[in-house]
Amino acid sequence: MKSLADLEAIRQKTINKVNLRNENEGDTRIVVGMATCGIAAGARPVMQAFVEEIQKRNLNGVYVSQTGCVGLCKFEPIVEVYLPGKEKVTYINMTAEKAAKVVNEHIVNGNVISEYTIGNLE
Amino acid sequence: MKELSLNILDIAQNSISANADLIYITVHENISENYLKIIISDNGKGMSKEFLKTVTDPFSTTRKTRKVGMGISLLKLVTEQTDGAFSIQSEIGVGTVVTAEFTLNHIDRPPLGDIEQTISTLISCNEHIDFVFTRKVNKNEFVLDTREIKKILNGVSLSEPDIIIWIQEYIKENENNLLEE
Repeated sequence: MKSLADLEAIRQKTINKVNLRNENEGDTRIVVGMATCGIAAGARPVMQAFVEEIQKRNLNGVYVSQTGCVGLCKFEPIVEVYLPGKEKVTYINMTAEKAAKVVNEHIVNGNVISEYTIGNLE
Repeated sequence: MKELSLNILDIAQNSISANADLIYITVHENISENYLKIIISDNGKGMSKEFLKTVTDPFSTTRKTRKVGMGISLLKLVTEQTDGAFSIQSEIGVGTVVTAEFTLNHIDRPPLGDIEQTISTLISCNEHIDFVFTRKVNKNEFVLDTREIKKILNGVSLSEPDIIIWIQEYIKENENNLLEE
């Protein structure tokens, strides 16, 4: 049975992890659209897949956050990836499976998956 | 939306946009009286009487990207489809309370779904906001208060994946206990 006391151990573990990081490395941010359009299109399982994949691979300094509607509702779920020092990459029509791939290919290996990006539309 | 927990995630975004720093989310199912009630209340900026009158209309929105706002009208529709009730109260400078009640065993009532994902998403993406989540089954309840969690974490971010997953498992376990009792 989980209790609030578990958090102390998680806290210690996290602090140790953060201390291991080079201060000059920026954080990687994954931003998921979470307005009505995004949620209805399946944004929550996409966000969940990112969180699970990051945890499973024990990635450091990679955070998932949310944003509102960017006016491209028919392409939701939309995910923006910000790697330190790199240009933003916008992925559209995301799914949980695609999210796991984005973590492995793009965030870990640094290769943008062009076929999922908004640029691929044209 | 296939799950009521998705509607909750959606409606809570309105509280976030209203600059609330404390949001209460309560999910109460009462089997003997056959209802499921969801209450989302915040201390955000509130709405004017005029806006409140039009807020359940899908063509009413504050957003600038387009002229429709579906969230509240979608939730209201589901309460009506399940012979339930919907209400929204708001006062400028005080906050807003949204109450949605459904007939628990109505065939058209969507499942609550993964409420732990909704709550953990809200918490981890909005660290500056405190959330009090209450899950109640009949007379038994479980409460998660981020103010307590933040005190223990003492500066460590709630958006750390280890903490997000812990929050989900903690809610799930406690919810299962309530349902078994």
